[in-house]
Amino acid sequence: MNEIKASMAGSVWKLVAAEGDQVNDGDDIAILESMKMEIPIPAETSGTVKEIKVSEGDFVNEGDIIAIIE
Amino acid sequence: MTSNQTFEERVKQIETGGAEKYHDKNREKGKMFVRERLELLFDEDLSIEDAFFANCQDGSLPADGVVTGIGKINGEQVCVMANDSTVKAGSWGARTVEKIIRIQETALKLNIPMLYLVDSAGARITDQVDMFPNRRGAGRIFHNQIKMSGRVPQVCLLFGPSAAGGAYIPAFCDIVVMVDGNASMYLGSPRMAEKVIGEKVTLEEMGGANMHCSVSGCGDVLAEDEQEAISFARRYLSYFPSNYSKKPKVQETLAPAEFEKTLEELIPENQNAPFDMYHLIDRLIDEGSFCEIKKKFAPELITGLSRIDGRAVGIIANQPRAKGGVLFPDSADKAAKFIQLCDAFNIPLLFLADIPGFMIGTKVERAGIIRHGAKMLSAMSEATVPKISVVVRKAYGAGLYAMAGPAFEPDACLALPTAQIAVMGPEAAVNAVYANKIAALPEEDRPAFIKEKHEEYKENIDIYRLASEMIIDDIVQPNNLRKELSTRYEAYDQKEVTFTHRKHGVYPV
Repeated sequence: MNEIKASMAGSVWKLVAAEGDQVNDGDDIAILESMKMEIPIPAETSGTVKEIKVSEGDFVNEGDIIAIIE
Repeated sequence: MTSNQTFEERVKQIETGGAEKYHDKNREKGKMFVRERLELLFDEDLSIEDAFFANCQDGSLPADGVVTGIGKINGEQVCVMANDSTVKAGSWGARTVEKIIRIQETALKLNIPMLYLVDSAGARITDQVDMFPNRRGAGRIFHNQIKMSGRVPQVCLLFGPSAAGGAYIPAFCDIVVMVDGNASMYLGSPRMAEKVIGEKVTLEEMGGANMHCSVSGCGDVLAEDEQEAISFARRYLSYFPSNYSKKPKVQETLAPAEFEKTLEELIPENQNAPFDMYHLIDRLIDEGSFCEIKKKFAPELITGLSRIDGRAVGIIANQPRAKGGVLFPDSADKAAKFIQLCDAFNIPLLFLADIPGFMIGTKVERAGIIRHGAKMLSAMSEATVPKISVVVRKAYGAGLYAMAGPAFEPDACLALPTAQIAVMGPEAAVNAVYANKIAALPEEDRPAFIKEKHEEYKENIDIYRLASEMIIDDIVQPNNLRKELSTRYEAYDQKEVTFTHRKHGVYPV
């Protein structure tokens, strides 16, 4: 099990992966918007997206869990 | 050692180091014997060794657990101290400390680099009065390191533990290479942490190589094994002169690596989209010349040594692919040390700016982003080596300042044709200036109004306008950038500037 965390504070702009998706290491799971920049949040392992913890538009702080990959 | 041993017998005994079981233990962990490490490190071998017979009358402490001497790396003389962990776990006795102090003094006299190959359990408590509090005790090692800093390169290769006071040897070096799995740095061991503060933690979590190279920033390079650490040290030193009064040697020019896609194709027009800065770096530098420092720490800023047409150049580049390339306390800290390192040893600097600014919000303010940012600006501002700043896509707010913007006396501030320089980006600016007006408009009229103001704003900060006002020195096509930089660094080679006269600044650390 691998927790994908927000690398910095910002709002969830786009969810790229959905629960149940197969993802590879390095694939983007979500894109945050922060400091007017798109911040890709990639998977750090390959596997299945077990759970997405946030919705588009949510504020996340650095370190908050965005998704769980199994 | 007994009095009737021959010279040869004594030499052999000392050369062998500690008991066989300790050699076996090291081998199991993938650790080489100290003399094997030195053979691999130097072009040939250690050519001069002093105090080989230190503590020989004890009989159980060959060389008193440390090898010190001089050898050649890339044809240049270098001083070294290397702990022998087969001798009482590489611990420090009185003679160990005196040997280290003496080789440091030699490095200072000869003005040549000093290498520390650390693998030591720390002080021998039984010897403390002879090696801890006195004038030539362990404290003098650190005092010497601080005095040597910026005079001669100081490199630390960490093969094993570096505990308590010993952990300050890496701390005062220019660069710390840590071997994954074996190297560690800590003031108090996990056992001590549990006893004294009640914390239960593993060594790897608290002071392991991976942690220090990615979280604390105390380590600069994570090596897979000892061979990799040693070959990194040899390569690293090839970018440096032997002391601050010399310049790095110009090497043979290598063309950059070839790629299918051109920079024009790769750099996104949308300023807000992520861009991988390594694509640009690879196209500017001699193929294979990038020697990255602190790759795993604060990746939103890339720092590394490189060569452009054979000439050593230190690169500081924002990485929009990580955290949007925004500067954080850790990245500012990383930049400050790297800039000081290059400036100390006459390595020209290249700033590649693609930065939305410094991070804002509670978390970073509490972490002191203002003083960390100020530290980066101080280092950048004080650097008197040739300094070129290139605005790749954008430089907003204090990001422009931190990346050697025009006010900080770069020898040139260049921009790509698509670059934007402003207090803030168009979206943020329009929002800041017209927020009330936008709110007062009927909703259907807002997008058109915002778009109009965006266009006005973009015209206002148009790069040709900034060039016309001579704010930037030149606009360069991405595919011509390497040539432009190479020509400029060659011309700026003669630069001789003293920043100011004083004892020293009061640094915002």
